[in-house]
Amino acid sequence: MLAALLVMAGIAIVLGAVLGYSAIKFRVEGNPLADKIDAILPQTQCGQCGYPGCRPYADAIVNGEADINLCPPGGEEGIHKLSELLGVEFKPFGSDMQPKPKAVAFIDEATCIGCTLCIQACPVDAIAGAAKQMHTIIAAECTGCELCLPPCPVDCISMKTIGEDVGNWKWKYPLFALRPTSQETPLVTSA
Amino acid sequence: MRPLFAFHGGIHPPANKAQSTQLPVLRAPLPAKLTIPLRQHAGESAKPVVQVGDRVLKGQLIGEPEGFISSSIHAPTSGTITAVDPQAIPHPSGLPDLCITLIPDGKDEWIARQAVDYRTLPADELRHRLRMSGIVGLGGAVFPSDIKLRPLRDHPNKIIDTLIINGAECEPYITCDDMLMRERAADIVQGAEMLRFTLAAREVLIGIEDNKPEAIAAMRRAVADSGLPFEVLAVPTLYPGGSAKHLIKVLTGLEVPSGALPTDIGVQCFNVATTYSVARALAHGEPLISRIVTVTGNVHQPRNYEALLGTPLNELVALSAPLPDTARYIMGGPMMGMPLDTLALPLVKAGNCVIAASSALFPPAPPAMPCIRCARCAQVCPAELQPMDLYWFARAKDFGKAQAFSLFDCIECGACSYVCPSHIPLVQYYRFAKSEIRAREQEKIAADKARERHEYRELRIEREKQEKAERLAAKEKAALAAKPAAPATPPEDASPENSAQRKIQAALDHAQAQAAAVTPKNTVNLSPEQLAEIAKIEARRAHIRELAQSDVEHPKE
Repeated sequence: MLAALLVMAGIAIVLGAVLGYSAIKFRVEGNPLADKIDAILPQTQCGQCGYPGCRPYADAIVNGEADINLCPPGGEEGIHKLSELLGVEFKPFGSDMQPKPKAVAFIDEATCIGCTLCIQACPVDAIAGAAKQMHTIIAAECTGCELCLPPCPVDCISMKTIGEDVGNWKWKYPLFALRPTSQETPLVTSA
Repeated sequence: MRPLFAFHGGIHPPANKAQSTQLPVLRAPLPAKLTIPLRQHAGESAKPVVQVGDRVLKGQLIGEPEGFISSSIHAPTSGTITAVDPQAIPHPSGLPDLCITLIPDGKDEWIARQAVDYRTLPADELRHRLRMSGIVGLGGAVFPSDIKLRPLRDHPNKIIDTLIINGAECEPYITCDDMLMRERAADIVQGAEMLRFTLAAREVLIGIEDNKPEAIAAMRRAVADSGLPFEVLAVPTLYPGGSAKHLIKVLTGLEVPSGALPTDIGVQCFNVATTYSVARALAHGEPLISRIVTVTGNVHQPRNYEALLGTPLNELVALSAPLPDTARYIMGGPMMGMPLDTLALPLVKAGNCVIAASSALFPPAPPAMPCIRCARCAQVCPAELQPMDLYWFARAKDFGKAQAFSLFDCIECGACSYVCPSHIPLVQYYRFAKSEIRAREQEKIAADKARERHEYRELRIEREKQEKAERLAAKEKAALAAKPAAPATPPEDASPENSAQRKIQAALDHAQAQAAAVTPKNTVNLSPEQLAEIAKIEARRAHIRELAQSDVEHPKE
């Protein structure tokens, strides 16, 4: 009886020590799920979700505070990916939160007074300039978050939609006629 | 005799090459207007370096390379620049792109051409010369040739064993390389020697499909005349034997691994037309401003023309007199070419062939039927893929799976669509999936960059805050150290809070002392009437104060 108790207690102590040791040794810094969510988010850092950046939104999703359909720049595809990752139902965007076509900010350099307010607002340091010097957008770094628009005192920043050109054109999903027609607008449908 | 090897699959479409090889290459007349696109090569578009109104000479640089993978563009003849604006170009998207419009003056006046001896030039200089001569792969990929010559000579681990000159020209109808080899073999051999020297390659193999006996004979003659130890090999005619990877397999038995480059297995491959233009660029100082293009199909006189880049395709096609029942045109071959919506497009470096198509020659594809998984596509796929599975994944937009099934090893040769009994446009699905995957990768890179910049910004703001606090503390300390003899300062008061409190106290005392020192000037020497009025005002104020007080204590119900 006593021997059995001692054996059980011994096992418990050994296992407890192993668990305690591995809890320290193999401790996971941060939440890996938040990292995975953050990887799906488009990193525009626009704050449209109501959180100050993509990472805080990812953390909020992990904590169950935020819904998965709050990121318009990620598009519906982003929601699909999140729902797949988190094992929850797909949820469409609300009517006030519709994805917009991709755009970059553009500063009208004739109007800019060099106040640096937009530089302070830009979450990805994509605006170059200094006090009383004209500012300009580094278009390649601009995420199109629109955070520079409200602080501008002279409204010299506008958003320019990135149009399709030969450089960024993509092959389209093949569509072809179900049956050949001689009409101008053939009956087209996907295969 | 060197043993040849076979690659998997392949098809035998009707060659239709004899029609356009009956007549020698004709120099196309100078058109009235040239439209020269600035994107005629893989990679970044060239940057225009001329302005509207400039007079340019034949061979003058009008677009300079921008970025690593880029090439230059030259004026094909002398004349005046009349526009630098977006115009229609031959591209599957049909979208316009930046072009330079040149009105020729008819003088065809060359710039000063400078021939160089490739043997005395450092490799860097040689590559730069090719880059500035606009030399790109004319086999179809239009990849800048200087990059293909790049790391090798000074890279000890990568030795180029074999240089392959690709004269296979496997695609039906196209005969521009065939005619080039027949008529200008000596220049091609000279260019091959230049490339061999630059790459320090051990051997040179010239592969030509055996349906071009005249070209093989001409090249063998030219090699014999030059005395160089090159081998001209007749390879069996099998589509797509002209694909670089497959020609390498046939000639050397080596297979380019998935995702690797031919240089990784010690082989480099250049098209014959590219080789010819290398010779023209180095030995004659002529940049790439013209190319040989086949006009064939439903025309009176199918033949090859040497045309200036930028020549309108409709003028070129008119030279061969298309037959009245021509319904549409194809640029490139029938297997990999693209249909043209209009002929009001310029000839570009990639433009090896224009086919006039009638419904008799190219009957419209029957409607696509469901895939029956007969696997005929897998039997003919030269890349040894499973086209029916790739089709399934691409159609379902399951891009991860498509990539896992080696979608990017697909060379888009169209052999699978050719044999498909259900007439499914398979290559279109692969192209869609490939460009979608590439776009996503770009987005991913952009997002990662944005995340990095955002995190760095947060870090910087935090750091600046900390630095500011430290600076303030240091200043505080310095100020204290400056007056250590002050008797009112006990040593334990050196902490920042105490000093701040003391400062505030000192400021308050100072303000009070000042207020006490200043007496209001309007309250002395007053007349009795003024005093009476002041007393009245004071009484009223007291009354109001009293009322307000009572209101607060007994608020009205």
